Amino acid sequence: MPSLDALVFFMLAGLALGSAGVVAFSKNIIHSALALLGTFMGVAGMYVTLSADFLAATQVLVYVGGTLTLILFAVMLTARIEQMKISNPHQGLLVGIGLVAVALLVLGKVAATTAWPINERPSNPSTAKLGHAFLGEFLLPFEIGSVVLLAAMIGSVVLARRAVRREWEKE
Amino acid sequence: MQIGLIHYLTVAAVLFGLGLLTVMTRKNAVGILLGVELILNAAALNFIAFEHFVVGDVSGQVFAVFIIVLAASEAAIALAIVLMVFRNVRSIMADRLTALKG
Repeated sequence: MPSLDALVFFMLAGLALGSAGVVAFSKNIIHSALALLGTFMGVAGMYVTLSADFLAATQVLVYVGGTLTLILFAVMLTARIEQMKISNPHQGLLVGIGLVAVALLVLGKVAATTAWPINERPSNPSTAKLGHAFLGEFLLPFEIGSVVLLAAMIGSVVLARRAVRREWEKE
Repeated sequence: MQIGLIHYLTVAAVLFGLGLLTVMTRKNAVGILLGVELILNAAALNFIAFEHFVVGDVSGQVFAVFIIVLAASEAAIALAIVLMVFRNVRSIMADRLTALKG
């Protein structure tokens, strides 16, 4: 009988990896995009078990509320979803699986053979420490991050609007 | 059974592998974007796992917050680019986009 935290971990891992499998192998792009929700939720649960509680809330808010909505917009504005044909085709699946297997072998070897200096510590809430880090040591990256978000917002608006021909552009 | 660092690393590695597979095999541009999101999540999970088990500071969480910020802006830009491509080519299958100037 596994302990409770092991049980929780395996449920979260199953949710995340099963949804990721649907993302990777589903033939319908809508199913892939919606399955990403399960992956995000599973990873957010793992953040909670790793005592990153603020990050788990951020993951749910930003990824599920923002990024996933954007991706669903992209799917519905571009794929012709009224035709229920294969909207998410594969190409070269066997080659891809082979290459990924090689990459996973390398990763597994590194992760298993390196002697990580593990020291166990209890799970404590870390939101206050994170806030102090952001407004102290990491203040400049924090501000640069907000500038990046502003630039991305302006850039996507400029890219996605319909081009309006102005007077001086007409030949 | 004790859940340790290696379990989280395994989950992140499999997540990364599935994302890599998605990026390599999909033809739909939005599908490729989904794979990139999987890879970014795997990287953030690794940061948090190492922070909890090895480093013991909040620097890993700072990195993960920046990963989330950059993923959000990347999704917004990618949505705009995909819309532009669809408007011009009437398709977002990556193998149909062969012209550099059109």
